[in-house]
Amino acid sequence: MNFSRTSRTLLRAALVAGLAVVYVPLAVVLLNSFNSDRTFSWPPAGFTLRWWGAAWDSAGLRDALWTSVQAGLGATAIALVLGTMAAFAVQRYRFFGRETVSLVIVLPIALPGIVTGIALSNTFHTVLGLPLGLLTVIVGHATFCVVTVYNNVLARLRRMGLNLEEASADLGADTFTTFRLVTFPMMRSALLAGGLLAFALSFDEIIVTTFTAGAGVRTLPIWIFENLFRPNQAPVVNVVAAALILLSVIPIYLAQRLSGGDPQTH
Amino acid sequence: MTTITTTAASPRRRAASFLHRHAGVRLSLLLSAPLAWLGLAYLGALAALLVTAFWSTDVFTGDVVKVFTWANFTDLVTGEVYRTVALRSIGVAAAVTLIDLVVAFPMAFAMAKLASPRAQRWLVIAVLTPLWASYLVKAYAWRVMLSSDGVLGWGYGLTATVVTLSYLWLPYMILPIYAGLERLPNSLLDAAGDLGARGWRTFRTVVWPLTFPAAVAGSIFTFSLSLGDYITVKIVGGKTQLIGNVVYDNIGAANNLPFAAAVATVPVVIMLVYLAAVRRTGALENL
Repeated sequence: MNFSRTSRTLLRAALVAGLAVVYVPLAVVLLNSFNSDRTFSWPPAGFTLRWWGAAWDSAGLRDALWTSVQAGLGATAIALVLGTMAAFAVQRYRFFGRETVSLVIVLPIALPGIVTGIALSNTFHTVLGLPLGLLTVIVGHATFCVVTVYNNVLARLRRMGLNLEEASADLGADTFTTFRLVTFPMMRSALLAGGLLAFALSFDEIIVTTFTAGAGVRTLPIWIFENLFRPNQAPVVNVVAAALILLSVIPIYLAQRLSGGDPQTH
Repeated sequence: MTTITTTAASPRRRAASFLHRHAGVRLSLLLSAPLAWLGLAYLGALAALLVTAFWSTDVFTGDVVKVFTWANFTDLVTGEVYRTVALRSIGVAAAVTLIDLVVAFPMAFAMAKLASPRAQRWLVIAVLTPLWASYLVKAYAWRVMLSSDGVLGWGYGLTATVVTLSYLWLPYMILPIYAGLERLPNSLLDAAGDLGARGWRTFRTVVWPLTFPAAVAGSIFTFSLSLGDYITVKIVGGKTQLIGNVVYDNIGAANNLPFAAAVATVPVVIMLVYLAAVRRTGALENL
Protein backbone atom coordinates (compact mmCIF):
# COMPACT_ATOMS: atom_id res chain seq x y z
CA MET A 1 0.00 0.00 0.00
CA ASN A 2 1.15 3.50 -0.72
CA PHE A 3 1.07 5.51 2.48
CA SER A 4 3.03 8.69 2.60
CA ARG A 5 6.16 8.60 4.71
CA THR A 6 4.66 11.09 7.17
CA SER A 7 1.47 9.15 7.80
CA ARG A 8 3.46 5.94 8.24
CA THR A 9 5.72 7.59 10.82
CA LEU A 10 2.80 9.23 12.63
CA LEU A 11 0.79 6.01 12.84
CA ARG A 12 3.79 4.00 14.05
CA ALA A 13 4.54 6.68 16.64
CA ALA A 14 0.91 6.54 17.84
CA LEU A 15 1.16 2.77 18.23
CA VAL A 16 4.41 2.95 20.18
CA ALA A 17 3.15 5.80 22.37
CA GLY A 18 -0.12 3.95 23.02
CA LEU A 19 1.66 0.77 24.07
CA ALA A 20 3.98 2.82 26.27
CA VAL A 21 0.99 4.36 28.06
CA VAL A 22 -0.42 0.85 28.54
CA TYR A 23 2.74 -0.55 30.10
CA VAL A 24 4.29 2.36 32.03
CA PRO A 25 1.82 2.25 34.97
CA LEU A 26 2.37 -1.49 35.35
CA ALA A 27 6.13 -1.00 35.28
CA VAL A 28 5.85 1.70 37.96
CA VAL A 29 3.99 -0.75 40.24
CA LEU A 30 6.69 -3.38 39.69
CA LEU A 31 9.48 -0.90 40.46
CA ASN A 32 7.68 0.46 43.53
CA SER A 33 7.47 -3.01 45.05
CA PHE A 34 11.24 -2.67 45.59
CA ASN A 35 11.04 0.99 46.67
CA SER A 36 12.40 1.34 50.19
CA ASP A 37 10.30 4.45 50.78
CA ARG A 38 6.92 3.72 52.37
CA THR A 39 5.03 6.41 50.47
CA PHE A 40 6.49 5.63 47.02
CA SER A 41 7.94 9.07 46.49
CA TRP A 42 9.33 9.31 42.98
CA PRO A 43 12.11 8.59 42.04
CA PRO A 44 12.55 5.51 44.33
CA ALA A 45 14.71 6.17 47.37
CA GLY A 46 16.43 2.80 47.44
CA PHE A 47 16.13 -0.92 46.78
CA THR A 48 14.60 -3.34 49.29
CA LEU A 49 13.03 -6.80 49.39
CA ARG A 50 11.43 -6.09 52.75
CA TRP A 51 7.90 -5.60 51.40
CA TRP A 52 7.94 -8.91 49.50
CA GLY A 53 8.87 -10.58 52.77
CA ALA A 54 6.11 -8.75 54.63
CA ALA A 55 3.53 -9.80 52.02
CA TRP A 56 4.70 -13.41 52.23
CA ASP A 57 4.16 -13.38 56.02
CA SER A 58 0.72 -11.76 55.93
CA ALA A 59 -1.83 -14.32 57.14
CA GLY A 60 -4.83 -12.22 56.05
CA LEU A 61 -3.41 -12.07 52.56
CA ARG A 62 -2.86 -15.82 52.40
CA ASP A 63 -6.45 -16.49 53.55
CA ALA A 64 -7.78 -14.09 50.94
CA LEU A 65 -5.76 -15.80 48.20
CA TRP A 66 -7.06 -19.23 49.24
CA THR A 67 -10.67 -17.93 49.30
CA SER A 68 -10.21 -16.51 45.80
CA VAL A 69 -8.83 -19.81 44.50
CA GLN A 70 -11.76 -21.74 46.00
CA ALA A 71 -14.30 -19.29 44.59
CA GLY A 72 -12.60 -19.37 41.18
CA LEU A 73 -12.48 -23.18 41.02
CA GLY A 74 -16.09 -23.54 42.15
CA ALA A 75 -17.40 -20.96 39.71
CA THR A 76 -15.32 -22.40 36.86
CA ALA A 77 -16.59 -25.93 37.49
CA ILE A 78 -20.23 -24.77 37.39
CA ALA A 79 -19.58 -22.57 34.36
CA LEU A 80 -17.97 -25.47 32.48
CA VAL A 81 -21.02 -27.70 32.98
CA LEU A 82 -23.69 -25.07 32.31
CA GLY A 83 -21.81 -23.39 29.44
CA THR A 84 -21.18 -26.68 27.64
CA MET A 85 -24.80 -27.81 28.01
CA ALA A 86 -26.13 -24.51 26.71
CA ALA A 87 -23.66 -24.45 23.81
CA PHE A 88 -24.70 -27.96 22.73
CA ALA A 89 -28.37 -27.03 22.89
CA VAL A 90 -27.95 -23.82 20.87
CA GLN A 91 -25.52 -25.20 18.29
CA ARG A 92 -27.04 -28.65 17.67
CA TYR A 93 -30.78 -27.98 17.84
CA ARG A 94 -33.30 -25.59 16.36
CA PHE A 95 -36.00 -24.56 18.79
CA PHE A 96 -38.27 -21.71 19.75
CA GLY A 97 -36.46 -18.98 21.69
CA ARG A 98 -32.97 -20.09 20.62
CA GLU A 99 -31.71 -16.52 20.20
CA THR A 100 -33.10 -15.61 23.62
CA VAL A 101 -30.93 -18.27 25.25
CA SER A 102 -27.78 -16.57 23.92
CA LEU A 103 -29.05 -13.21 25.16
CA VAL A 104 -29.77 -14.52 28.66
CA ILE A 105 -26.27 -16.01 28.86
CA VAL A 106 -24.58 -12.75 27.83
CA LEU A 107 -26.79 -10.58 30.07
CA PRO A 108 -24.87 -11.06 33.35
CA ILE A 109 -21.72 -9.48 31.88
CA ALA A 110 -23.55 -7.00 29.65
CA LEU A 111 -25.34 -5.39 32.61
CA PRO A 112 -23.28 -3.29 35.03
CA GLY A 113 -21.78 -5.49 37.77
CA ILE A 114 -23.53 -3.53 40.47
CA VAL A 115 -26.95 -4.47 39.02
CA THR A 116 -26.11 -8.19 39.00
CA GLY A 117 -24.59 -7.79 42.45
CA ILE A 118 -27.57 -6.23 44.19
CA ALA A 119 -30.07 -8.39 42.30
CA LEU A 120 -28.36 -11.56 43.56
CA SER A 121 -27.75 -10.28 47.08
CA ASN A 122 -31.38 -9.19 47.30
CA THR A 123 -32.51 -12.65 46.21
CA PHE A 124 -30.20 -14.53 48.59
CA HIS A 125 -30.92 -12.24 51.49
CA THR A 126 -34.57 -11.26 51.38
CA VAL A 127 -36.20 -13.79 49.05
CA LEU A 128 -34.39 -17.04 49.90
CA GLY A 129 -33.09 -16.15 53.37
CA LEU A 130 -29.70 -17.74 52.62
CA PRO A 131 -26.74 -16.59 54.70
CA LEU A 132 -24.12 -14.86 52.56
CA GLY A 133 -20.81 -16.70 52.39
CA LEU A 134 -18.38 -18.44 50.06
CA LEU A 135 -21.20 -20.44 48.48
CA THR A 136 -23.14 -17.34 47.46
CA VAL A 137 -19.93 -15.85 46.01
CA ILE A 138 -19.48 -18.99 43.89
CA VAL A 139 -23.08 -18.80 42.70
CA GLY A 140 -22.66 -15.12 41.81
CA HIS A 141 -19.40 -15.69 39.94
CA ALA A 142 -20.69 -18.74 38.08
CA THR A 143 -23.58 -16.63 36.77
CA PHE A 144 -21.31 -14.32 34.77
CA CYS A 145 -18.65 -16.97 34.00
CA VAL A 146 -20.98 -19.23 31.98
CA VAL A 147 -20.66 -16.96 28.95
CA THR A 148 -16.89 -17.52 28.49
CA VAL A 149 -17.25 -21.32 28.36
CA TYR A 150 -20.39 -21.02 26.25
CA ASN A 151 -18.66 -18.84 23.62
CA ASN A 152 -15.60 -21.08 23.37
CA VAL A 153 -17.55 -24.34 23.13
CA LEU A 154 -20.05 -22.83 20.68
CA ALA A 155 -17.24 -21.73 18.34
CA ARG A 156 -15.63 -25.16 18.57
CA LEU A 157 -18.87 -27.07 17.89
CA ARG A 158 -19.50 -24.86 14.87
CA ARG A 159 -16.13 -25.82 13.37
CA MET A 160 -16.27 -29.48 14.40
CA GLY A 161 -19.30 -30.43 12.36
CA LEU A 162 -21.09 -33.74 12.82
CA ASN A 163 -19.11 -36.07 10.54
CA LEU A 164 -16.88 -37.70 13.13
CA GLU A 165 -19.70 -38.21 15.59
CA GLU A 166 -21.86 -39.76 12.90
CA ALA A 167 -19.00 -42.03 11.88
CA SER A 168 -18.65 -43.09 15.50
CA ALA A 169 -22.35 -43.89 15.70
CA ASP A 170 -22.19 -45.83 12.42
CA LEU A 171 -19.38 -47.90 13.91
CA GLY A 172 -21.70 -48.87 16.74
CA ALA A 173 -20.76 -46.50 19.57
CA ASP A 174 -23.70 -45.35 21.65
CA THR A 175 -24.39 -41.71 22.64
CA PHE A 176 -22.23 -41.81 25.78
CA THR A 177 -19.31 -43.65 24.17
CA THR A 178 -19.28 -41.22 21.26
CA PHE A 179 -19.22 -38.29 23.68
CA ARG A 180 -16.41 -39.82 25.73
CA LEU A 181 -14.18 -40.96 22.86
CA VAL A 182 -14.97 -38.51 20.05
CA THR A 183 -16.77 -35.33 21.07
CA PHE A 184 -15.04 -34.62 24.37
CA PRO A 185 -11.45 -35.03 23.15
CA MET A 186 -12.21 -32.67 20.27
CA MET A 187 -13.64 -30.05 22.63
CA ARG A 188 -10.94 -30.31 25.26
CA SER A 189 -8.86 -27.28 24.31
CA ALA A 190 -12.00 -25.14 23.95
CA LEU A 191 -13.04 -26.19 27.45
CA LEU A 192 -9.58 -25.34 28.77
CA ALA A 193 -9.62 -21.91 27.13
CA GLY A 194 -13.13 -21.17 28.38
CA GLY A 195 -12.32 -22.46 31.85
CA LEU A 196 -9.17 -20.35 32.00
CA LEU A 197 -11.10 -17.22 31.11
CA ALA A 198 -13.82 -18.07 33.61
CA PHE A 199 -11.26 -18.54 36.38
CA ALA A 200 -9.52 -15.27 35.49
CA LEU A 201 -12.85 -13.40 35.48
CA SER A 202 -13.79 -14.81 38.86
CA PHE A 203 -10.33 -14.26 40.36
CA ASP A 204 -10.43 -10.57 39.42
CA GLU A 205 -14.06 -9.81 40.26
CA ILE A 206 -14.87 -7.35 43.01
CA ILE A 207 -18.30 -5.76 42.47
CA VAL A 208 -20.53 -8.85 42.49
CA THR A 209 -18.28 -10.25 45.23
CA THR A 210 -18.83 -7.21 47.44
CA PHE A 211 -22.58 -7.84 47.43
CA THR A 212 -22.61 -11.63 47.64
CA ALA A 213 -19.84 -12.25 50.20
CA GLY A 214 -20.80 -12.33 53.86
CA ALA A 215 -18.88 -10.45 56.52
CA GLY A 216 -16.29 -13.19 57.04
CA VAL A 217 -15.51 -13.96 53.41
CA ARG A 218 -12.63 -12.01 51.89
CA THR A 219 -11.42 -12.71 48.36
CA LEU A 220 -8.13 -11.29 47.15
CA PRO A 221 -9.68 -8.28 45.33
CA ILE A 222 -11.74 -7.47 48.44
CA TRP A 223 -8.59 -7.70 50.55
CA ILE A 224 -6.73 -5.38 48.18
CA PHE A 225 -9.59 -2.88 48.13
CA GLU A 226 -9.90 -2.87 51.93
CA ASN A 227 -6.19 -2.24 52.37
CA LEU A 228 -5.80 0.21 49.49
CA PHE A 229 -6.63 3.22 51.61
CA ARG A 230 -4.53 2.25 54.65
CA PRO A 231 -1.21 4.11 54.36
CA ASN A 232 0.74 1.62 56.47
CA GLN A 233 -0.43 -1.30 54.29
CA ALA A 234 0.54 0.46 51.04
CA PRO A 235 3.85 -1.38 50.48
CA VAL A 236 2.23 -4.80 50.94
CA VAL A 237 -0.68 -3.90 48.64
CA ASN A 238 1.87 -2.78 46.08
CA VAL A 239 3.71 -6.11 46.32
CA VAL A 240 0.43 -7.98 45.77
CA ALA A 241 -0.25 -5.79 42.74
CA ALA A 242 3.24 -6.48 41.38
CA ALA A 243 2.84 -10.21 41.97
CA LEU A 244 -0.52 -10.24 40.17
CA ILE A 245 1.03 -8.43 37.19
CA LEU A 246 3.80 -11.05 37.04
CA LEU A 247 1.29 -13.91 37.45
CA SER A 248 -0.85 -12.65 34.56
CA VAL A 249 1.88 -13.95 32.25
CA ILE A 250 0.77 -17.53 33.04
CA PRO A 251 -2.73 -17.36 31.51
CA ILE A 252 -1.35 -15.46 28.51
CA TYR A 253 1.22 -18.18 27.95
CA LEU A 254 -1.42 -20.90 28.33
CA ALA A 255 -3.85 -19.10 26.03
CA GLN A 256 -1.12 -18.81 23.39
CA ARG A 257 -0.25 -22.48 23.76
CA LEU A 258 -3.92 -23.44 23.47
CA SER A 259 -4.49 -21.46 20.30
CA GLY A 260 -1.07 -22.40 18.89
CA GLY A 261 -1.45 -26.10 19.65
CA ASP A 262 -4.79 -26.26 17.91
CA PRO A 263 -4.25 -27.17 14.27
CA GLN A 264 -7.78 -26.12 13.29
CA THR A 265 -7.18 -22.45 13.99
CA HIS A 266 -4.33 -22.10 11.54
CA MET B 1 -8.86 -49.07 20.70
CA THR B 2 -12.03 -49.93 22.54
CA THR B 3 -14.31 -52.62 21.33
CA ILE B 4 -17.98 -51.95 21.69
CA THR B 5 -19.99 -54.79 23.13
CA THR B 6 -23.48 -55.18 21.82
CA THR B 7 -24.68 -57.83 24.24
CA ALA B 8 -27.60 -57.60 26.66
CA ALA B 9 -29.36 -54.27 26.97
CA SER B 10 -27.72 -52.79 30.04
CA PRO B 11 -29.50 -49.80 31.60
CA ARG B 12 -26.78 -47.54 30.26
CA ARG B 13 -27.23 -48.90 26.76
CA ARG B 14 -30.99 -48.52 26.99
CA ALA B 15 -30.64 -44.94 28.16
CA ALA B 16 -28.25 -44.22 25.30
CA SER B 17 -30.58 -45.57 22.64
CA PHE B 18 -33.55 -43.82 24.22
CA LEU B 19 -31.67 -40.53 24.06
CA HIS B 20 -30.54 -41.27 20.53
CA ARG B 21 -34.13 -41.69 19.37
CA HIS B 22 -35.64 -38.74 21.22
CA ALA B 23 -34.06 -35.45 20.17
CA GLY B 24 -36.61 -33.50 22.20
CA VAL B 25 -35.60 -35.23 25.43
CA ARG B 26 -31.92 -34.62 24.66
CA LEU B 27 -32.60 -30.94 24.09
CA SER B 28 -34.70 -30.56 27.24
CA LEU B 29 -32.00 -32.21 29.34
CA LEU B 30 -29.31 -29.98 27.83
CA LEU B 31 -31.35 -26.83 28.41
CA SER B 32 -32.66 -27.75 31.86
CA ALA B 33 -29.76 -26.70 34.09
CA PRO B 34 -28.58 -23.59 32.18
CA LEU B 35 -32.12 -22.26 31.87
CA ALA B 36 -32.99 -23.02 35.48
CA TRP B 37 -29.92 -21.08 36.56
CA LEU B 38 -29.87 -18.14 34.17
CA GLY B 39 -33.43 -18.09 32.91
CA LEU B 40 -35.26 -18.65 36.19
CA ALA B 41 -32.84 -17.73 38.99
CA TYR B 42 -30.98 -14.83 37.38
CA LEU B 43 -33.85 -13.25 35.48
CA GLY B 44 -35.98 -13.87 38.56
CA ALA B 45 -33.45 -11.99 40.66
CA LEU B 46 -33.51 -9.08 38.22
CA ALA B 47 -37.30 -9.05 38.25
CA ALA B 48 -37.35 -9.13 42.04
CA LEU B 49 -34.97 -6.18 42.06
CA LEU B 50 -37.27 -4.25 39.75
CA VAL B 51 -40.20 -4.97 42.05
CA THR B 52 -38.17 -3.81 45.04
CA ALA B 53 -37.60 -0.49 43.29
CA PHE B 54 -41.32 0.20 43.75
CA TRP B 55 -41.24 -0.48 47.49
CA SER B 56 -39.99 1.82 50.22
CA THR B 57 -38.11 1.77 53.52
CA ASP B 58 -39.62 2.55 56.89
CA VAL B 59 -37.81 5.66 58.14
CA PHE B 60 -37.74 4.52 61.78
CA THR B 61 -37.14 0.75 61.65
CA GLY B 62 -35.22 0.61 58.36
CA ASP B 63 -37.38 -2.34 57.25
CA VAL B 64 -38.56 -2.67 53.68
CA VAL B 65 -42.25 -1.76 53.32
CA LYS B 66 -43.75 -3.96 50.63
CA VAL B 67 -46.34 -1.50 49.30
CA PHE B 68 -46.33 -0.22 45.73
CA THR B 69 -45.13 3.37 45.39
CA TRP B 70 -43.63 5.63 42.73
CA ALA B 71 -41.80 7.59 45.44
CA ASN B 72 -38.30 6.35 44.58
CA PHE B 73 -38.62 7.29 40.95
CA THR B 74 -40.19 10.64 41.79
CA ASP B 75 -37.25 11.38 44.10
CA LEU B 76 -34.87 10.26 41.40
CA VAL B 77 -36.34 12.50 38.71
CA THR B 78 -36.98 15.57 40.87
CA GLY B 79 -33.85 15.41 43.03
CA GLU B 80 -31.30 17.82 41.61
CA VAL B 81 -28.38 15.84 43.06
CA TYR B 82 -29.40 12.68 41.22
CA ARG B 83 -29.85 14.49 37.93
CA THR B 84 -26.36 15.98 38.29
CA VAL B 85 -24.85 12.60 39.16
CA ALA B 86 -26.64 10.86 36.27
CA LEU B 87 -25.53 13.51 33.79
CA ARG B 88 -21.99 13.41 35.16
CA SER B 89 -21.91 9.62 34.76
CA ILE B 90 -23.12 9.84 31.17
CA GLY B 91 -20.55 12.58 30.54
CA VAL B 92 -17.75 10.45 32.00
CA ALA B 93 -18.84 7.42 29.94
CA ALA B 94 -18.99 9.54 26.78
CA ALA B 95 -15.61 11.17 27.44
CA VAL B 96 -13.98 7.79 28.10
CA THR B 97 -15.48 6.39 24.90
CA LEU B 98 -14.25 9.35 22.86
CA ILE B 99 -10.73 9.28 24.32
CA ASP B 100 -10.46 5.53 23.75
CA LEU B 101 -11.69 5.91 20.18
CA VAL B 102 -9.13 8.62 19.39
CA VAL B 103 -6.28 6.67 21.00
CA ALA B 104 -7.32 3.22 19.74
CA PHE B 105 -7.98 4.00 16.08
CA PRO B 106 -4.44 4.94 15.01
CA MET B 107 -3.04 2.08 17.11
CA ALA B 108 -5.38 -0.45 15.53
CA PHE B 109 -4.68 0.97 12.08
CA ALA B 110 -0.92 0.70 12.49
CA MET B 111 -1.37 -2.87 13.78
CA ALA B 112 -3.66 -3.99 10.99
CA LYS B 113 -2.19 -2.21 7.97
CA LEU B 114 1.47 -1.38 8.66
CA ALA B 115 2.82 -4.28 10.74
CA SER B 116 4.13 -7.51 9.22
CA PRO B 117 2.05 -10.65 9.95
CA ARG B 118 4.64 -11.79 12.50
CA ALA B 119 4.68 -8.42 14.25
CA GLN B 120 0.88 -8.40 14.17
CA ARG B 121 0.72 -11.58 16.26
CA TRP B 122 2.97 -10.05 18.90
CA LEU B 123 1.13 -6.73 18.88
CA VAL B 124 -2.19 -8.48 19.53
CA ILE B 125 -0.59 -10.26 22.49
CA ALA B 126 0.81 -6.92 23.71
CA VAL B 127 -2.67 -5.40 23.61
CA LEU B 128 -4.33 -8.44 25.20
CA THR B 129 -1.82 -8.84 28.03
CA PRO B 130 -3.07 -5.95 30.20
CA LEU B 131 -6.56 -7.47 30.05
CA TRP B 132 -5.32 -10.37 32.15
CA ALA B 133 -3.75 -8.07 34.73
CA SER B 134 -6.18 -7.41 37.56
CA TYR B 135 -8.62 -4.53 37.21
CA LEU B 136 -7.88 -3.38 40.75
CA VAL B 137 -4.15 -3.49 40.13
CA LYS B 138 -4.47 -1.22 37.11
CA ALA B 139 -6.68 1.27 38.95
CA TYR B 140 -4.21 1.09 41.82
CA ALA B 141 -1.30 1.73 39.43
CA TRP B 142 -2.94 5.00 38.41
CA ARG B 143 -3.58 5.89 42.04
CA VAL B 144 0.18 5.59 42.60
CA MET B 145 1.04 7.51 39.41
CA LEU B 146 -1.44 10.31 40.09
CA SER B 147 -0.80 10.73 43.83
CA SER B 148 0.62 14.14 44.64
CA ASP B 149 4.18 12.81 45.03
CA GLY B 150 3.84 10.16 42.30
CA VAL B 151 5.27 10.05 38.77
CA LEU B 152 2.58 12.32 37.32
CA GLY B 153 1.38 13.95 40.52
CA TRP B 154 -1.90 15.34 39.10
CA GLY B 155 -3.94 14.46 42.19
CA TYR B 156 -7.37 12.75 42.30
CA GLY B 157 -10.75 13.89 40.98
CA LEU B 158 -12.99 13.81 37.93
CA THR B 159 -10.12 14.10 35.43
CA ALA B 160 -8.22 11.31 37.17
CA THR B 161 -11.35 9.14 36.95
CA VAL B 162 -11.75 9.75 33.22
CA VAL B 163 -8.05 9.07 32.56
CA THR B 164 -8.04 5.86 34.60
CA LEU B 165 -11.26 4.53 33.08
CA SER B 166 -9.96 5.30 29.57
CA TYR B 167 -6.82 3.35 30.42
CA LEU B 168 -8.78 0.41 31.82
CA TRP B 169 -11.08 -0.05 28.83
CA LEU B 170 -8.66 0.85 26.01
CA PRO B 171 -8.06 -2.77 24.89
CA TYR B 172 -11.83 -3.28 24.56
CA MET B 173 -11.80 -0.51 21.94
CA ILE B 174 -8.60 -1.54 20.14
CA LEU B 175 -9.56 -5.16 19.55
CA PRO B 176 -12.90 -4.71 17.70
CA ILE B 177 -11.46 -1.87 15.57
CA TYR B 178 -8.41 -3.98 14.76
CA ALA B 179 -10.67 -6.86 13.74
CA GLY B 180 -12.76 -4.48 11.62
CA LEU B 181 -9.66 -3.06 9.88
CA GLU B 182 -8.33 -6.57 9.23
CA ARG B 183 -11.52 -7.32 7.31
CA LEU B 184 -11.13 -4.11 5.26
CA PRO B 185 -9.40 -5.14 1.99
CA ASN B 186 -6.16 -3.29 1.25
CA SER B 187 -7.23 -3.00 -2.36
CA LEU B 188 -9.88 -0.45 -1.31
CA LEU B 189 -7.19 1.77 0.16
CA ASP B 190 -5.08 1.39 -2.98
CA ALA B 191 -8.08 2.20 -5.17
CA ALA B 192 -8.79 5.34 -3.17
CA GLY B 193 -5.14 6.34 -3.56
CA ASP B 194 -5.17 5.64 -7.30
CA LEU B 195 -8.26 7.79 -7.68
CA GLY B 196 -6.35 10.66 -6.12
CA ALA B 197 -7.57 10.65 -2.50
CA ARG B 198 -5.00 11.70 0.07
CA GLY B 199 -4.72 10.17 3.53
CA TRP B 200 -7.40 12.18 5.32
CA ARG B 201 -9.89 11.89 2.46
CA THR B 202 -9.36 8.10 2.26
CA PHE B 203 -9.96 7.87 5.97
CA ARG B 204 -13.12 9.97 5.85
CA THR B 205 -14.76 8.38 2.80
CA VAL B 206 -13.48 4.78 2.84
CA VAL B 207 -11.95 3.61 6.10
CA TRP B 208 -14.25 5.27 8.64
CA PRO B 209 -17.62 4.32 7.07
CA LEU B 210 -16.51 0.68 6.77
CA THR B 211 -15.07 0.38 10.29
CA PHE B 212 -17.81 2.42 11.98
CA PRO B 213 -19.74 -0.67 13.17
CA ALA B 214 -16.55 -2.05 14.75
CA ALA B 215 -15.91 1.26 16.52
CA VAL B 216 -19.50 1.27 17.81
CA ALA B 217 -19.00 -2.30 19.06
CA GLY B 218 -15.99 -1.09 21.03
CA SER B 219 -17.96 1.87 22.35
CA ILE B 220 -20.58 -0.48 23.80
CA PHE B 221 -17.90 -1.91 26.09
CA THR B 222 -16.27 1.39 27.03
CA PHE B 223 -19.60 3.12 27.61
CA SER B 224 -21.27 0.36 29.59
CA LEU B 225 -18.22 -0.48 31.69
CA SER B 226 -17.71 3.20 32.59
CA LEU B 227 -21.37 3.74 33.38
CA GLY B 228 -21.57 1.01 36.00
CA ASP B 229 -18.23 1.64 37.64
CA TYR B 230 -17.89 2.81 41.21
CA ILE B 231 -14.62 1.19 42.30
CA THR B 232 -12.30 3.28 40.13
CA VAL B 233 -14.10 6.42 41.26
CA LYS B 234 -13.43 5.46 44.86
CA ILE B 235 -9.77 4.77 44.12
CA VAL B 236 -8.83 7.84 42.06
CA GLY B 237 -11.96 10.02 42.06
CA GLY B 238 -11.47 11.85 45.34
CA LYS B 239 -14.93 13.08 46.30
CA THR B 240 -16.44 12.53 42.83
CA GLN B 241 -19.76 10.60 42.79
CA LEU B 242 -21.13 8.56 39.89
CA ILE B 243 -24.35 6.54 39.58
CA GLY B 244 -22.60 3.44 40.92
CA ASN B 245 -21.60 5.26 44.12
CA VAL B 246 -25.18 6.39 44.75
CA VAL B 247 -26.37 2.79 44.42
CA TYR B 248 -23.58 1.53 46.66
CA ASP B 249 -24.11 4.15 49.36
CA ASN B 250 -27.83 3.50 49.47
CA ILE B 251 -27.27 -0.18 50.11
CA GLY B 252 -24.48 0.22 52.63
CA ALA B 253 -24.62 3.40 54.66
CA ALA B 254 -28.22 4.46 53.99
CA ASN B 255 -29.63 0.90 54.10
CA ASN B 256 -32.26 1.82 51.51
CA LEU B 257 -32.40 -1.12 49.11
CA PRO B 258 -35.59 0.03 47.32
CA PHE B 259 -34.03 3.37 46.41
CA ALA B 260 -30.76 1.69 45.40
CA ALA B 261 -32.76 -0.62 43.13
CA ALA B 262 -34.49 2.37 41.56
CA VAL B 263 -31.14 4.11 40.92
CA ALA B 264 -29.70 0.89 39.47
CA THR B 265 -32.40 0.92 36.77
CA VAL B 266 -30.88 4.16 35.41
CA PRO B 267 -27.71 2.63 33.87
CA VAL B 268 -29.74 -0.34 32.64
CA VAL B 269 -32.22 1.92 30.86
CA ILE B 270 -29.42 4.07 29.42
CA MET B 271 -27.65 0.95 28.10
CA LEU B 272 -30.85 -0.43 26.59
CA VAL B 273 -31.47 2.90 24.83
CA TYR B 274 -27.85 2.94 23.64
CA LEU B 275 -28.08 -0.65 22.34
CA ALA B 276 -31.35 0.10 20.57
CA ALA B 277 -29.80 3.21 19.01
CA VAL B 278 -26.71 1.44 17.66
CA ARG B 279 -28.52 -1.72 16.57
CA ARG B 280 -29.02 -0.38 13.05
CA THR B 281 -25.29 0.10 12.49
CA GLY B 282 -24.73 -3.65 12.67
CA ALA B 283 -22.44 -3.14 15.67
CA LEU B 284 -23.94 -6.04 17.59
CA GLU B 285 -22.57 -8.49 15.02
CA ASN B 286 -19.09 -7.06 15.66
CA LEU B 287 -19.03 -7.78 19.39
